[in-house]
Amino acid sequence: MAKRKGLPKMLRALSAAAIAAIAVAGVALAAGAAHHPEDHPFSFDSPVGNYDMGQVQRGFQVYQQVCAACHGMDNLAYRHLGEEGGPFAAYRVRDHETGEMTMQIGRPAHGGSFVAVTDNPWVRAIASEATITDIDPNSGQPADRPGRPSDHFRNPFPNEIAARASNGGAHPPDLSSITLARHGGADYIRSLLLGYDGEMQGTLYHNPYFPGGYIAMPPPLNPDVVLYTDGSPTTVEQYATDVTAFLQWAADPHMEQRKRTGLVVLGFLLALSALLYLAYKQVWRGESH
Amino acid sequence: MSGPSTYEPASGFTRWLDKRLPILRLAHDSFVAYPTPRNLNYWWTFGAMLSLCLVVQIVTGVVLAMHYVPHVEHAMDSVQRFRRDVPFGWLIQPMHAVGASMFFIAVYIHMFRGLYYGSYKAPREILWILGCVIYLLMVATAFLGYTLPWGQMSFWGATVITNLLGALPLVGESIKNWLMGGFAIDQPTLNRFFSLHYLLPFVIAGVTVLHVWALHEAGQNNPTGVDVKSKADTVPFTPHATMKDLFAVSLFLILFSVFVFYMPDALGHADNYIPANPLQTPPEIVPEWYLLPFYAILRAFDFNIGPIDSKLAGVLAMFAAIGILFLLPWLDTSRVRSMRYRPIARQFFLIFVVVCVVLGWCGGQNPGRILAKAGPFSATLTWVQGGQVVEAPVSASSEGGFDQAAAAVEQQLRGQGATLTAVRREGATQGVVRGVVGGAEQTRTVRGETADAVEAEITTVRAEVGAAAPFFIVERRVPPTFTVTNLSQVMTAYYFLFFLLILPILGLRETPGRVPDTIAKPVTDGKAQGAA
Repeated sequence: MAKRKGLPKMLRALSAAAIAAIAVAGVALAAGAAHHPEDHPFSFDSPVGNYDMGQVQRGFQVYQQVCAACHGMDNLAYRHLGEEGGPFAAYRVRDHETGEMTMQIGRPAHGGSFVAVTDNPWVRAIASEATITDIDPNSGQPADRPGRPSDHFRNPFPNEIAARASNGGAHPPDLSSITLARHGGADYIRSLLLGYDGEMQGTLYHNPYFPGGYIAMPPPLNPDVVLYTDGSPTTVEQYATDVTAFLQWAADPHMEQRKRTGLVVLGFLLALSALLYLAYKQVWRGESH
Repeated sequence: MSGPSTYEPASGFTRWLDKRLPILRLAHDSFVAYPTPRNLNYWWTFGAMLSLCLVVQIVTGVVLAMHYVPHVEHAMDSVQRFRRDVPFGWLIQPMHAVGASMFFIAVYIHMFRGLYYGSYKAPREILWILGCVIYLLMVATAFLGYTLPWGQMSFWGATVITNLLGALPLVGESIKNWLMGGFAIDQPTLNRFFSLHYLLPFVIAGVTVLHVWALHEAGQNNPTGVDVKSKADTVPFTPHATMKDLFAVSLFLILFSVFVFYMPDALGHADNYIPANPLQTPPEIVPEWYLLPFYAILRAFDFNIGPIDSKLAGVLAMFAAIGILFLLPWLDTSRVRSMRYRPIARQFFLIFVVVCVVLGWCGGQNPGRILAKAGPFSATLTWVQGGQVVEAPVSASSEGGFDQAAAAVEQQLRGQGATLTAVRREGATQGVVRGVVGGAEQTRTVRGETADAVEAEITTVRAEVGAAAPFFIVERRVPPTFTVTNLSQVMTAYYFLFFLLILPILGLRETPGRVPDTIAKPVTDGKAQGAA
């Protein structure tokens, strides 16, 4: 190492000062940002966290009974609900005492075989409740028919103009990937749903989490409007949390599989790295470098 | 470094093949027997990672292209369908998107490595320039690829970049329209961007072959920057460099996997999940992180330079920032390659790295953001409580004479006992002077941390005083500020000075440290080595 003289020392001090100044500026700027979404401990937050499928099911119920009046989810089909990793994935389980085969939602602790989406009674029921406008195969004219699992979620409006016309000029965004399409993701969506304070400006509603502060969407959730069958509280906060979990699943339906695979891949790579390191040391043994 | 070939075909078939197509000989000489300096450190393993990145991008990209629909109405849905419904689409699409970022992480480290150890100096100028060509192609490919999902950031990024090219004199407009395939970003743009995005990676692969060829001709540089002088300085590429590269690549894959599996969207922008809307500009248009430093250089030019307007100056500076790398072999005058023996240059180099990072940070910020200011924003309101309003018209003979005419009328009103006057211009030569006679003159000064806060204070004061005052005179004071743009300007200046001034002058003036005679000497302490 060469002996350090005055100039290098000064330059070094300068770079250190620059880094410190940037760090301080960064902290000061971060502190100035207002209305950061509230951090909610969702089950899917951690690197090994999965979806709480009961919560996703309830969230789907909230979406269907509240949000779906204005918001489409064009990238989702009813069959997605019943695919592996979906909230209504069905499994056949053999009862140990009676030997009877029963069907249940969710993967059993052990055993059980996945039921193909086309045979999934829950998904078929959900799909058939929707009225889909299709081309009648005999007349060639548009006609309504009950939905099938292969249909995409029914969009409440035929096009954007119709959506705007029914919503005072505002276009309710598609919710297929909404948690990915907003800064703050799931926490932002939940905070937004809970952020209304009753203040209005013209036809806009004040919501401190919304960029600009005023949003065209009226407060969508009210207590007791969606009836839960599992005894969960029917509060606005519960609805907001549940529907956010559903929207997160909708945006990232393969998350559980991805995290599981990631664990295996990382384990493999760590072991491989260890072996390669030993091999590298072995090869270079006796070679100075 | 291309000595006589040491390849010996072992079997009848390989002897037969070697006479007809000596491809195994080429592979043996290039990747097995190829002598590698024995002192290479981990910074030399990024070439292997980059090769891997290119292969990953091409393989995942080819699969993505099988499912992608280059149509403005269907592009985003087709990407979504790939992620949701195609087997392993949930893995392949994030691999491609994250892979682009990983490619750039590796290439930046690779380039800084070359910069630090003087790998661009003779006889490696062509090798360095080919590397710069690859980097330029990577930037173009990444930009084109980012437009393909046709999200908001895709669309508006494409708009910004094509408009920039339009700033070039004479040819700019033609290039812009040719790139767009029309007069706005639309279906033709998406089609040609898709075509080019599929083409360029293979061009990169081709130039990479030349890059590796040039590398094997000149031989690898090494941390001492000293030329290979004897067999004691080197080890065979396989297994020595191969094993080290594989170990480093494995570590790199761990980083890659952490992003792909646990934060696939952390490096992207949320707005690109919103379908492109030509009628709605997003609140901020920013490129992906790896292009932010150049974006900051582009925006640093918020002033005209003589006949060059700010937009063109920014565009030229942005291209010059990459272009200057091509000239680096001739800008650096030092005869010592490695900065390991250049204590002063090393300090400037470290500052340069920090500057690049700061430029990247600036590129992601709102350019008007105030980083420091000499005092608060303030405004002084002056008004008269009570009193009688008087008005007098101003009529000047010419546009230039308006101020003088208004002053005369003001003087006249003051002569009539007006304590406060204000001029309102209503046309080129017409206006009204209003004054208040009698009443009590009052002033109040308001302060705020931002201009908006001061405006809010002013509104409050006005509401408080209300109808009691017929009008207010507001004098706003803006403190001297230091914005992100100013920071970008300082950093941009250093970026260019580093290449244009510091390296040329320092190379002549600096007294380098003692450079070892051979590569082997410092690592072996002069002792003889076994293998090789």
